[in-house]
Amino acid sequence: MNDKNKIIAGLIIFGVIITFPLWYNMGKASPVPEPELTTTAKAAKQCVRETEYMTAEHMQLLDVWRDSVVRYGKRIYVNSSGKEFDMSLSNTCLDCHSNKAEFCDRCHTYASVDPYCWDCHIDNPKEKE
Amino acid sequence: MLELALKGDKKYWGWIVALLGVIGIGFACYLWQLKFGLGITGMSRDVTWGFYIANFTFLVGVAAGGVMVVLPYYLHNYKAFGKVTILGEFLAIGSVAMCILFVLVDLGQPMRVFNMFLHPSLNSVLFWDTVVLSGYFLLNVVIGWTVLEAERNAAPPPKWVKPLIYLSIPWAISIHTVTAYLYCGLPGKGFWMTAILAPRFLSSAFAAGPALVILLCLFIRKATHFDPGKEQIQSLAKIVAYAICINVFFFLCEVFVVFYSNIPEHMDHIKYLFVGLHGHGAYVPWMWASMILMVVGIILLVNPITRRNEGVLAVACAAVFVGTWIDKGMGMISGGFVPNSLHYVNEYIPSVPEVVIAIAVYSIGALIITVLYKIAVSVKIEVSG
Amino acid sequence: MELSRRKLFKIAGISAIGLNAKPVLSVFADVHGQTRTPDTKKDHDALTAKQWGLVIDTRKLKTSKDVEPLIEACHKIHNVPELKNERHEIKWIWDEPYQHAFPTKENKYLDDRVKNVPFPVLCNHCEDPPCVRVCPTNATFKRDDGIVLMDFHRCIGCRFCMAACPYGSRSFNFRDPRPFIAETNKKFPTRMKGVVEKCNYCAERLAVGQMPACVEASNGALIFGDLEDPNSEVRKVLKKNYTIRRKQGLGTGPSVYYIV
Repeated sequence: MNDKNKIIAGLIIFGVIITFPLWYNMGKASPVPEPELTTTAKAAKQCVRETEYMTAEHMQLLDVWRDSVVRYGKRIYVNSSGKEFDMSLSNTCLDCHSNKAEFCDRCHTYASVDPYCWDCHIDNPKEKE
Repeated sequence: MLELALKGDKKYWGWIVALLGVIGIGFACYLWQLKFGLGITGMSRDVTWGFYIANFTFLVGVAAGGVMVVLPYYLHNYKAFGKVTILGEFLAIGSVAMCILFVLVDLGQPMRVFNMFLHPSLNSVLFWDTVVLSGYFLLNVVIGWTVLEAERNAAPPPKWVKPLIYLSIPWAISIHTVTAYLYCGLPGKGFWMTAILAPRFLSSAFAAGPALVILLCLFIRKATHFDPGKEQIQSLAKIVAYAICINVFFFLCEVFVVFYSNIPEHMDHIKYLFVGLHGHGAYVPWMWASMILMVVGIILLVNPITRRNEGVLAVACAAVFVGTWIDKGMGMISGGFVPNSLHYVNEYIPSVPEVVIAIAVYSIGALIITVLYKIAVSVKIEVSG
Repeated sequence: MELSRRKLFKIAGISAIGLNAKPVLSVFADVHGQTRTPDTKKDHDALTAKQWGLVIDTRKLKTSKDVEPLIEACHKIHNVPELKNERHEIKWIWDEPYQHAFPTKENKYLDDRVKNVPFPVLCNHCEDPPCVRVCPTNATFKRDDGIVLMDFHRCIGCRFCMAACPYGSRSFNFRDPRPFIAETNKKFPTRMKGVVEKCNYCAERLAVGQMPACVEASNGALIFGDLEDPNSEVRKVLKKNYTIRRKQGLGTGPSVYYIV
């Protein structure tokens, strides 16, 4: 039991290290970014689903889309009001949300998520080279 | 028992630090590979598996070979091996760990590896190989640790561990059988498509695994106060002698079938390896070296006079180990892919970073085995002293 | 199919489950008018088949020049990169001389024409594809219409499929392919490093009612259609001409036929 001091010192160091990110970033929190809508997107009023759903679940929706298109050869999405969409990230989503930097990246950077969509899917289908 | 691994002399720590250094360099190369892609290796569109998968295949054998120390003790009540079973089990743990790492570094998208369990395909032999390998890893960890702990406490091992030990014996056979099935069920790969592939893999495993155990025993006797025993080493040597004879015999069976039938798709691969094809023959010296090493191993091991001399025995074991490594590792994988499906000869030579990463994986294995053996030997010394 | 529907329902009805499980299980669009369950379907122009197949009339292909437009059409719309390093090469369709396209049918004394004919080779979209059998994640799979397809999202890059394919039809992205695509087709994705790729029988074109790009570019040398439909054009051509397939002795059932 003569290691008491060593143990306590060790515990303190451990505690400091593990909480380091918390107090290091204290007061530095950046404000939650708001995705910016293009005029086309604004004019459309609603995305393929209601905004609330899209904000929270767009990744699940995209997951369903990719399985549907790639694995089952079904490329048309019919939403709850019967409207049809071509399920394509580059050709449908980004056609309307043509401002990827302000619409997608801003939030993704804030949330520190790094989706690998853009490794393959073209992120600027509208721009000319 | 882990604390036993923390008490060592300067040489022990020096070795650990050296291994960590090599692992660090290899890890840096691996980060480079992650960033650039597998293009930093020597692999190609035609030879899609290389040094990594070659070493994976060989090490599955070493892991399975460890069972040759366990089997005689538990199934034939060969008491002498009681002293060394733990060495076989701990060697298996290190080897399987290396196998899993070799598969991981070979993946193009390693972050997605869990897709294998999210979307498993029961048709895929690779899926089953993952299952049997991780199972074998767990079995050996549980068995080795429990039995050693019981030994340390001078108590008989708990009853529940016995069925696991019996299970681990056929399981060892299964890991190498399934690994052979990765190759031998592929249509159009004439070199691999042979029913004798799994038996061949097993025979070379039962030569290479115990050969390494012998070398490790000789080293332990020299470096520590624990003697694995003369009788044990001699018995292991006999196992290596039989296994390497059978391995060469199986290979000769292969040669007969392939050349007597005279079917080009099967012949061309062996021709490429041993005499070269269309002017390409990077593996010719290696393959002949492998054959010579294995034959030298047979001569030294079968002859009782040379086998009983432990210095000569060490040389023989090293020859067997290196011989089977070339044969099963490099030869088996490269040979299967050259010539390719369209009958072009595009050779494969591993690149430097590829070899460095492979050495680092071996170092991780060596580190695991060092720590485990250190614990095992410390317990043995503790109990006897 | 089952899976995607189930997944859709799950997401669509995730909030409804708490209130009442029934609407989740039944499509209630017709009853309530506006609140129908979202669904997916095929484009109404989509071309369908039980087993797509291709007949290549090599009598109409004299030199590599005649195959080039096919390769270019394919590689351009699919963003296939052009890598100078031969080890890292990526190709979906290319041409081979007879002895390499048909290495098991080697013929010592070939006639002059066949000796010089460029044989376009591509994925055979086999009836019983070994690549699908070995894939540990179902990243490569056979669709109901016979197309052997890659799900690049799911591929872990183990390259087992490349070892299993007896035709060398698959390529691996040994590095990021993007810098090597001269002109990107923005309608189609590229690939990323670390995944396997190959010909997809233009699944994305069939889905909107178009024929594969190589077929369109071939001036009638390539005929595409449903092998299981006795009235399809491919079947008519196959009935009239003697054809060969690559390594059919292996039992993979290639769906690409060659008129020699």
